[in-house]
Amino acid sequence: MAFEKYDFTPLTQAIHKALIENVSPLLTTIIEWTIIGVLFLLFIAIFGLLLVYVERKVCAAFQQRLGPMRVGPWGLLQTIADFVKLLMKELITPKSVDKFLYNLAPFIVIIVPFLTISVIPFAPGLQALDFDIGIFFVTAVSSVGVIGVLLAGWASNNKYSLIGGMRSGAQIVSYELSVGMSLITMVILAGTMQISEIVELQRGGWFLFKGHIPAVLAFFVFVVAGTAETNRGPFDLAEAESELTAGFHTEYSGIKFAFFFLAEYINLFIVSAMATIVFLGGWMPFHFGDWAAFNNVMDFIPGLVWFFIKVFGIIFLIMWFKWTFPRLRIDQILTLEWKYLLPINLFNILLMATMVLLGWHW
Amino acid sequence: MAEIKIITTDEIKTDEYLVNMGPQHPSTHGVLRLLVKLEGEIVHNVEPHVGYIHSGIEKMTEALSYPQIIHLTDRMDYLSAHMNNEAVCLCIENALQVEVPERVKYIRTIFDELQRLASHQLWWCASGMDLGALTAFFYGLRDREDILDIFEETCGARLTLNYSVPGGVMFDIHPNFQSKVKAFIKKFRKTLPEYDKLLTGNIIFQNRTKGVGVLSKEDAIAFGVTGPTGRASGFSCDVRKHHPYSAYPYIKFDEKLGTDGDSFMRWKLRMDEMWESLNIIEQLIDNIPEGDIAVKMKGVIKLPEGEFYQRVETGRGEFGVYIVSDGKKNPYRVKFRSPGFSNLFTINHIAKNWKIADLVAIMATFDLVIPDIDR
Repeated sequence: MAFEKYDFTPLTQAIHKALIENVSPLLTTIIEWTIIGVLFLLFIAIFGLLLVYVERKVCAAFQQRLGPMRVGPWGLLQTIADFVKLLMKELITPKSVDKFLYNLAPFIVIIVPFLTISVIPFAPGLQALDFDIGIFFVTAVSSVGVIGVLLAGWASNNKYSLIGGMRSGAQIVSYELSVGMSLITMVILAGTMQISEIVELQRGGWFLFKGHIPAVLAFFVFVVAGTAETNRGPFDLAEAESELTAGFHTEYSGIKFAFFFLAEYINLFIVSAMATIVFLGGWMPFHFGDWAAFNNVMDFIPGLVWFFIKVFGIIFLIMWFKWTFPRLRIDQILTLEWKYLLPINLFNILLMATMVLLGWHW
Repeated sequence: MAEIKIITTDEIKTDEYLVNMGPQHPSTHGVLRLLVKLEGEIVHNVEPHVGYIHSGIEKMTEALSYPQIIHLTDRMDYLSAHMNNEAVCLCIENALQVEVPERVKYIRTIFDELQRLASHQLWWCASGMDLGALTAFFYGLRDREDILDIFEETCGARLTLNYSVPGGVMFDIHPNFQSKVKAFIKKFRKTLPEYDKLLTGNIIFQNRTKGVGVLSKEDAIAFGVTGPTGRASGFSCDVRKHHPYSAYPYIKFDEKLGTDGDSFMRWKLRMDEMWESLNIIEQLIDNIPEGDIAVKMKGVIKLPEGEFYQRVETGRGEFGVYIVSDGKKNPYRVKFRSPGFSNLFTINHIAKNWKIADLVAIMATFDLVIPDIDR
């Protein structure tokens, strides 16, 4: 097919071959790790800044204003200027905090996106790690972030931070169930947990269309629960500005605050990327039945572009939630999860299993 | 085998703790300090501490002449500046038994209602923001801008109007005034349903406000709650209806009354009041009679000896001016009855046993302006 020419596998293999022929295997591994690490670091920093800019522009569009316009063309350099400001700010450590935990928390929060991003296939052949339990790895690793939030809330020695941390703990632990279960639903359909294979299986059609009603339900649940997991939108209780000033990161300043900020946006990217991979076919182009001409045109768009188009589509959807809905209350959030999403999910898994067993899917 | 111990909810009860909401807090909209006693998320006691922006206006007035007092009153409830000005002017006019021209009455009433609209718009966007709907803020401010432009054209000020003077108004209305107000009404009748679309019908919003912070009619009367907050509890307290002043006797309008007294009702009532204000302005705007814009007053205004009281309906409730005069050019004592003060102190009564997020929702629908409370 036409889009195979955008495969990154030859490139990565060529680099690997060149290295292994010239240096020892150990050095090869170290160099490869370093390259990947630096690439992810750059990606997270730049993509995080880009997302902040996108959010400000999207929010401005919803609120009938222009957003940042002064620094650089269309305010493109605004977030960079903000980041430089945060870097140069003094790191204030309040007197009576638990110093070790207080300093540890932002690092735990920022580690999670680094771990998760390693299994995401951006394009054919552009995936750092490809486990056979990729989906399981993602769900396991993404739960680590809540520890950072809880630590930040606890160690800050601030009542607002504590309330924010506790809220976020209750919320994320609950919504992890829904995220996991909606992923399980799709794993049943795919029959594998390996992420590259899940994407490959969607060559003939995205799982969202392949899996009938249960897939659509799972997608809906995943987007709602994913929004809650990233502490965003109508579920931003942990930092509920009008109630808790800034929630769990009230006491953080400078680059430590930037870590929380950046992690939030990268988590947003990861949730969107997971939704893209599992439901919308990852980097697979959009095909429509047997319209050969249309499908050929779609094939000419590289996989990397397809991936980011879909990711930004879902990011826009989640931002849309945030700038439209009022905030829920803590008990309403837990009610939504335990009384509605969880039963829907359990029923959905049963439905999907039945469908797969009887071969009713396309 | 170890015995299984059954833990009751009483045993896992945690300690209460105190949280200072304010004086610097995003949802108190100013320097109000609430000392909140919490158990987990549940509010057990709310103690409002006022006085952080106390500016001693009542005492200052004793050293000022009557026309000078007016300029202080719009610093109190800055969102109802014109109504406050008018209350003092009406009080002075009644004391001197001056009959103001019909034109003045009409202009003042139109300004009242425009000011009420602007106040309710700002309340709408600020309380939307309190509930976490940040987009609401910009919708409200967008429409409020039109009203402020109308004010600016006629009297030069946008917030602290100072438009009323004893015996009339300071300037005649701008030639564009009528056409601009009519254009605004036409536009706002289209944009007001947007407010409902954005929030009122939203399921999250209704869950957050329905049944939250119920203020019964008896309590509303006992606490002296007035304005939309009191009317949402079914307490008929509209000064415009019961003690009409300016041009209110000439027009037909409904006093909206609620039944539930919860946050949603308070919200709904203010939304209804905005429609009613539009109706009132429409009745008046084409019928402004020709005539003088002020009665000729003496250079130095001296009130006769005695006590004078005048009340008006501001955006927040009943605003009263009580002047004790000993016949000099300064008042002997002035007392302002501010609606926010009485409304605020019900908060412990109705926010008890609700969550901390509900406390914010309740405060949002009370429409507090802190300088109005502290004076």
